Amino acid sequence: MSAAAPQVGSEALFRYVLRLGDLSLVLGQRLGEWVGHSPALEEDLGLANIALDLIGQARMLLSYAGEIEGRGRDEDKLAYLREQGAYFNAILAEQPNGDFGQTIVRQVLIDAFQLELYERLAASHDERLAAIAAKSVKEVRYHLRYSSDWLVRLGDGTAESHARVQSALDLLWPYTVELFAADELDLAMADSGIGPRLPEVQSAWSARIEAILTEATLRRPADRPHAWHGKRGQHSEHLGYILAEMQYLQRTYPDARW
Amino acid sequence: MEDKNQWPLYEVFVRARGGLDHKHVGSLHASDARMAIDHARDLYTRRQEGVSIWVVPSKAIVASDPTETDSLFEPARDKIYRHPTFYDIPDEVKTL
Repeated sequence: MSAAAPQVGSEALFRYVLRLGDLSLVLGQRLGEWVGHSPALEEDLGLANIALDLIGQARMLLSYAGEIEGRGRDEDKLAYLREQGAYFNAILAEQPNGDFGQTIVRQVLIDAFQLELYERLAASHDERLAAIAAKSVKEVRYHLRYSSDWLVRLGDGTAESHARVQSALDLLWPYTVELFAADELDLAMADSGIGPRLPEVQSAWSARIEAILTEATLRRPADRPHAWHGKRGQHSEHLGYILAEMQYLQRTYPDARW
Repeated sequence: MEDKNQWPLYEVFVRARGGLDHKHVGSLHASDARMAIDHARDLYTRRQEGVSIWVVPSKAIVASDPTETDSLFEPARDKIYRHPTFYDIPDEVKTL
């Protein structure tokens, strides 16, 4: 990264930080749906812990985004009062939980992505992002340990568990393409030394996922072109339901406090 | 008594910080030892209770028989000279 890296505007940085924060926020909210419904009490707490880590990351990132924007929106305003089209998470995060295996597959795919992403963001030219990434990478390393251990148990488990996680993998794999599809914003961030180069993240992610799938005796689906752009605010039908539940209280009782 | 629908039970021991010993904190269910460590981390160290975890299959624990309590433990009652209470402990020694 050269010292003469081009500067990016605050509008671009705002959107980029929201992309990172919304991925954690939406995935955390999804995992929270398991509370009280997990296959075992221990998994209930395990999933809730991961959800809380993700919400914690979202809080730091959304707070930072609000400061960049400079219009007085704090983490709560950004989380609870934005419309669906102003959410910039990749749509893999909003896909339904399905059965436990499907949740685990989604988690492995995103955990491995966030791990590679945060490891690189920790060296960002943006000091605040670097600090947030350095803190979060420790959490994400555990998330991947948890989720990949489970994927191996299920994939290399019974015929039933293998079939279930394989079909979940086939279902969710196409959504991973969006994580690495660099648009102008990703490129601008990489050029200015704020964000990582996504092809680099992709090859590291790919190697990591390959190793996990091999151990789990699962077949890696083929990549296909994708036609969705959650990172630009175009979402699947699922996000609206998530936001309706998440935002209900703040919208019904504005400025209600805990 | 292995129930196929129930994961085996593990006992959990947590070391609060370096220099202390592992203390029994509870038990949990897990399908294997590595999952038991993960569960112990999530259940028993979420409020910074520890820096190290041991898990032991509960069935590996051999316990004394409660009906033998009298013969096992009563005889020590009147032998107070075994207690090191006749020494002055320096204030600096924290975790004796």
